[in-house]
Amino acid sequence: MSYKIPTFRHPNLPKNDLGYTTKDYEGAVSTLCAGCGHDSISAAIIEACFEMSIEPHRVAKLSGIGCSSKTPTYFLGNSHGFNSVHGRMPSVATGANMANRNLLYIGVSGDGDTASIGMGQFVHAVRRNVNMVYICENNGVYGLTKGQDSATTDLGSTSKKGEPNPLEPIDLCSIALQLGATFVANSFSGDKHQLIPIIQAAIAHRGFAFINVISPCVTFNNVPGSTKAYDYIRQHMASTNTVDYVPHAEEITTDYPEGTSENVTMHDGSVISLHKLDTEHDVHSRRSALTMIKDYKAQDKVLTGILFMDEQSKDIHEIMNTTTTPLRNLGISELCPGTEQLEAINELHR
Amino acid sequence: MKRDIVVNKFVIKFANINGTGSASANKLFAKAIFRLGVPISPKNIFPSNIQGLPTWYEVRVNENGFLGRRGGIDIMVAMNPQSMERDIKELDKGGYFIYDNTKGIPPELMRDDIDIIGLPLTDACRKMYDDPRKRQLFRNVMYVGALAALLDMEKEIFHQLISDQFRGKTKLIEPNIQALEAGYNLAKETYNCPISYRIERRDNVGNKILIDGNEACGLGAVYGGATVSAWYPITPSTSVIDNFARYVRKFRMDPETGQKNYAIVQAEDELAAIGMVIGASWNGARAFTATSGPGLSLMNEFLGLAYFAEIPTVLIDVQRAGPSTGMPTRTQQSDVLAAAYASHGDTKHICLYPSTPKECFEYTATAFDLAERFQTPVLVMSDLDLGMNDNMSEPMEWAPDRTYDRGKVHTREDLENLTERYGRYQDVDGDGIPYRTYPGTHPTKGAFFTRGTSKDEFAIYTEIGGKYIENMDRLQKKWKTAANTVPKPIIRKTAKPCTIGVIHYGTSEASTLEALHHLNSLHGISLDSMGIQAFPFSDEVEQFINEHEYVFVVEQNRDAQMRTLLINEFDFEPDRLVPLLHYDGSPITARYIRHEIRDWILQTTTSPRRRSRFY
Repeated sequence: MSYKIPTFRHPNLPKNDLGYTTKDYEGAVSTLCAGCGHDSISAAIIEACFEMSIEPHRVAKLSGIGCSSKTPTYFLGNSHGFNSVHGRMPSVATGANMANRNLLYIGVSGDGDTASIGMGQFVHAVRRNVNMVYICENNGVYGLTKGQDSATTDLGSTSKKGEPNPLEPIDLCSIALQLGATFVANSFSGDKHQLIPIIQAAIAHRGFAFINVISPCVTFNNVPGSTKAYDYIRQHMASTNTVDYVPHAEEITTDYPEGTSENVTMHDGSVISLHKLDTEHDVHSRRSALTMIKDYKAQDKVLTGILFMDEQSKDIHEIMNTTTTPLRNLGISELCPGTEQLEAINELHR
Repeated sequence: MKRDIVVNKFVIKFANINGTGSASANKLFAKAIFRLGVPISPKNIFPSNIQGLPTWYEVRVNENGFLGRRGGIDIMVAMNPQSMERDIKELDKGGYFIYDNTKGIPPELMRDDIDIIGLPLTDACRKMYDDPRKRQLFRNVMYVGALAALLDMEKEIFHQLISDQFRGKTKLIEPNIQALEAGYNLAKETYNCPISYRIERRDNVGNKILIDGNEACGLGAVYGGATVSAWYPITPSTSVIDNFARYVRKFRMDPETGQKNYAIVQAEDELAAIGMVIGASWNGARAFTATSGPGLSLMNEFLGLAYFAEIPTVLIDVQRAGPSTGMPTRTQQSDVLAAAYASHGDTKHICLYPSTPKECFEYTATAFDLAERFQTPVLVMSDLDLGMNDNMSEPMEWAPDRTYDRGKVHTREDLENLTERYGRYQDVDGDGIPYRTYPGTHPTKGAFFTRGTSKDEFAIYTEIGGKYIENMDRLQKKWKTAANTVPKPIIRKTAKPCTIGVIHYGTSEASTLEALHHLNSLHGISLDSMGIQAFPFSDEVEQFINEHEYVFVVEQNRDAQMRTLLINEFDFEPDRLVPLLHYDGSPITARYIRHEIRDWILQTTTSPRRRSRFY
């Protein structure tokens, strides 16, 4: 682990449409353990935002508490960040989104945050369809407190401590689907070719985009008996689709056999190009997604890819019919009814 | 019984069954007196229940404008057989017991020291109406009509009020007036009206208004520019949000697009509610929540974050009796300490203590200015008595040239022109208050990481002890700055110097001031008083206590919480602060305060010479 990021960069680093290089999307140096899956996810977020030419300062990154929640410091250093309290990121993100609907909200959370202490908040952020990307960096273990099982630890999975977990796990993707999430994906921190375009699709999605990323904990949960270890996931990972994110200006060049690909146009005009690896799956069917997760699990496989999306969904602002101007930009003339109105109200109470 | 005629000075109490529509009839009665120019103070005493349990409505009528609870009942309108036993016992000697004699009073409850007036209301209703629901509803209007006759009130005022109430629903006006007339005539036929208590028209109300504190708080949030409201339903705070919603629907809808210039989110719990407020405030909106004791407890963790990360947060706490669920529909001032020091670690929060609806409005609006100026939580400490009862109040005021104080916020231009590195937690001006920036302001400058963990002045994570202390001491400096910005105490001094003072805050004000008035007029005792308006305490608070040998602290909780707060903040000799406590869930009465103070003075000062110092 290094303590300082070298300032030197290759002079010919590629630039995006804004003239930025990936350096402009980096954050502070990570303090996580070397090899931590979370760092790969941070790198994927950087890459995704760079490729999409997102202005870093138009992003707000939010997190709860835990190893995963430390990571927003390690990407998008030019974005405002908020490391809130354990399990409560969804409410802070919801409030922030209420104040200004024009920023991009990236919430980073872990399995302790999402599946235990903050389960209630996660559930309700899904229900409200808050326009945000919600990434759960799921390692099936409490890292910062040194290795306790979490609520996503699979039945019988053993961590470094050696005791098999006796309880049923919570499958976050299934729960999100049941709650009506409008975008649900499952991925693996070790597969950036899959993860980066999924993050891009999630950013392009309007509404609550949930990505569960299995992200092995090298220190406490990367042992042979663990179902969240690198080796296990590599051996058991199956994909329902491969994903390409195509900005709206570009032409789609990929060419797949008839019936195996689907192009989904997002509300901003970009296109998510899905190449189906399992032709049974319909990415617009919630029921299909839930069945697929179950079927793959029965075969001891971890299903990844975009499991479900509803690109037509209405986000919380559309549901509530709030003004298109960010609420925080409204001034006293729009907000305060004034002296005469108050006198009229007084009169009604006489 | 020979009696003197008493005009415009009495306490009347209605005993009803909740969920039967009695509340609006009782309100009609109270409003009529108010419209006749006579000050009133109604109190709704209701159970934590929707239908079928006893509920009471007490109206103090006092043409001199004493608005606290007096104590004692002169007229009982007993419309609930369930509670008749306690109702008849509660009536003061010489009082009037008005009841529905369709069902008689059990002989063992009869008293010969009161006047009992039986009115066959249910019988009359049965004859007049076929529909059982109408029988129930109009019985309420009928007893109001009967009271108009018994108290010799101008009947026309009721006609006018009924017309106002059903504006737009004209079909309802006539049947209500009919029921009122029927009740009026029934009383005239049954009893030799009027009784010795009378209502006469006066001009003692002036331009005052009759409004509940929660409506005033909700309106204060509208005027204060709140755009985001996140909340979880809890008695007695719910109507703060209901009223906010009602007024923003009126004032904040874009007439062309129908879009809303506000967002109200009903959260999944209080933790989420305050989290949303913090998220929205962090992002530059004015946001608030309203809750009560149990909700405040749930919000504790987040309040510590808001204090430490320096995020404006406005919270309206409509206090009720605790601990735990306590008596959720009864009043208390028992969150004083829980609010002042909410959360773990070294935390303290600005608290405002309104006593009237006008102050509810003013302090809620001001809370947003204070929260943004000091980048910290501000708690408006109302209570059930103030929040859910109609209170007679000075009108709410809003100066035409009033602006919002958005505090220290760097704009894009400010950031562009900064010559030095921006430090989110740097004390640039020496007042302990740093500069914020909102997310999304500038492409390359001003971004920082908000966190609950310790950090240096540039918001960079650090565990270095010295840096932690530096930050905590700056927060302390900010606190001192706040002490002289928050509303000052209201000090009322007697003509000559006196050695005893009385402190009150919030809803203890009216009863305390009345008690002091009568201590003077009845016992010749005159005392100085101070109404505390805010925490942190300004210098005037300390000075007032120092000027007096003994100071009563009047409050509505068991543990003398404000007294504890004063002792803790100032290091006074505890013996000098005498607790005067009331905590049965009902609003404190003037009589109780007067008796407590009088008795204390008599007991403490046995020698006449020594006692004379207090007179």
